Amino acid sequence: MRLDQRLIADMIRPGTRVLDIGSGDGTLLDYLFRTRGCDARGIEIDMREVTRSVAHGLPVMHGDADHDLAHYPDEAFDYVVLQRTLQAVERPREVLRQMLRIGRHAIVSFPNFGHWQLRLKLLTSGRMPMTAVWHTPWYQTPNIHPCTILDFLMLCREEGYVVEQWMAVDEDGERAPWRRSIRLANLFGEQALFLLRRRGR
Amino acid sequence: MDQTTPAHIEHAHMLFPEGMQLECGFLLAPVRVAYRTYGTLSAARDNAIVVCHALTGDQYLAETHPLTGKPGWWGRMVGPGLPIDTDRFFVICMNVLGGCMGSTGPRDARPDMPGEPWGTDFPPITIRDMVRAQKLVVDALGIGRLFAVVGGSMGGMQVLEWAATFPEMVFAAMPIATSPFHSAQNIAFNEVSRQAIFADPEWHGGRYWEQGAIPARGLAVARMMAHITYLSEEALTRKFGRRVRRDPYNQAGAMSLFGEIFEVESYLRHQGSSFVRRFDANSYLTITRAMDYFDLGAEHDGDPSRPFHGTRTRFCIVSFTSDWLFPTSQARVLARALNRAAANVSFVEIDSDKGHDAFLLDEPDFDRTVRGFLSGAAEHARIG
Repeated sequence: MRLDQRLIADMIRPGTRVLDIGSGDGTLLDYLFRTRGCDARGIEIDMREVTRSVAHGLPVMHGDADHDLAHYPDEAFDYVVLQRTLQAVERPREVLRQMLRIGRHAIVSFPNFGHWQLRLKLLTSGRMPMTAVWHTPWYQTPNIHPCTILDFLMLCREEGYVVEQWMAVDEDGERAPWRRSIRLANLFGEQALFLLRRRGR
Repeated sequence: MDQTTPAHIEHAHMLFPEGMQLECGFLLAPVRVAYRTYGTLSAARDNAIVVCHALTGDQYLAETHPLTGKPGWWGRMVGPGLPIDTDRFFVICMNVLGGCMGSTGPRDARPDMPGEPWGTDFPPITIRDMVRAQKLVVDALGIGRLFAVVGGSMGGMQVLEWAATFPEMVFAAMPIATSPFHSAQNIAFNEVSRQAIFADPEWHGGRYWEQGAIPARGLAVARMMAHITYLSEEALTRKFGRRVRRDPYNQAGAMSLFGEIFEVESYLRHQGSSFVRRFDANSYLTITRAMDYFDLGAEHDGDPSRPFHGTRTRFCIVSFTSDWLFPTSQARVLARALNRAAANVSFVEIDSDKGHDAFLLDEPDFDRTVRGFLSGAAEHARIG
């Protein structure tokens, strides 16, 4: 399991109901069921991954964040997880709203577009930056809604979400040392991880 | 066309003299349910799987059929070491109510007029009636909770009805190549099938037995038309293409209009003629009508999610890419209905060019899905 998945799992209380959007090969689902006793279910867009997950006995359905969340009832889950996908969905704000409607908590990770390497590359070359994290050219990238950690915080404020936990991690999922300063995290963090809930709960 | 009626075969069955009240209000008594079992029921009686058959299937799931001599219709799926593993699970398959392979149906004698078959007077039945008849057998076997109910096409409708009507009795449900309601297009196909039967001169208003006849021509045409809907254009092209051959039954010679036949025509004729040897026309009418009536949302303002609110059943919905009779779009309606009920749902669309019949054929991804879902569910149910 990737280290950032381990960090996500650490945010989840045992025995809770979890929906993992973009569950991939089902690693996190399997871990949450086996070690945390969670009722963990997945949504995955890649049919081969869905078939593979179900063939491993994991409850996964074919679907995606933009179109399938609206069909769940309010607070059907304790946690709704979206890993490294927010930047690739059609309507990120709506997806977040749905996540915090159907779940009591949302756990969101995304690659930080504010990282210093990206800033520097754009400044020096004048072209769309390409790095290990952002590695597809602009005309091919599925990442249609990149944002920085500060952008995401602004959106949370506008939407009335409470940030219960946040951390910056590097690409391998190792927790970065920028835990106090959002500005430093926004400059040096490759991936961001947030635990949110709606205000008033 | 072969006019012989099927030889009398004694099918293993249970008889329920008190019968059952049908949804239409009619008290059908007695009720007989023919069934087959495979594997061994565990001491805790917790490893039972009901497999529901489709429109023209029957209870001979995984053994040589006593009438046709052909292998069981799901012999590749059910057996020792197979995805529905009879070394592990106790599998029950029952002929549906209204059928013609040993369960009470239109070919049986009416209790009020000894010696007189029901024929077209057989009361209309529903998918729920079929399921309630199956529950009589499950209860009689002393099984309080089924580990799983599995079925494709009309069998999938029964799976959904099991989970909706007896939610506490169904731990896991696998509706395959099916829909939460029978679509207008599918009702239309059924109607063409029925009209083909009605138009046969040997139909005799449904009382064909009085003339010692069966509407074989009409039933065969019904089967031919329906069979096309079970396949796909790709599958037909792959199997037959445009290949032609000399028609052995046409005396007029190769130069005449129908002196040569396309292989696909020959195939359909064979499907039609072999079908009439094992199936009763009135059963075909009764069962297709039950499918037409099927609509999970009918009693709930059209909302198919309502029967599943609060359900604890684990579902696995399977569709096939080339199935145009029960397309993935309908499976998705079902998946979303179950999402609205916050049910535990897996939903897999298997890539296949074999059409609706893919669930009966060799599809390794489908086999893995069935095996994996049942194993995962068994782990949650804590059964061996």
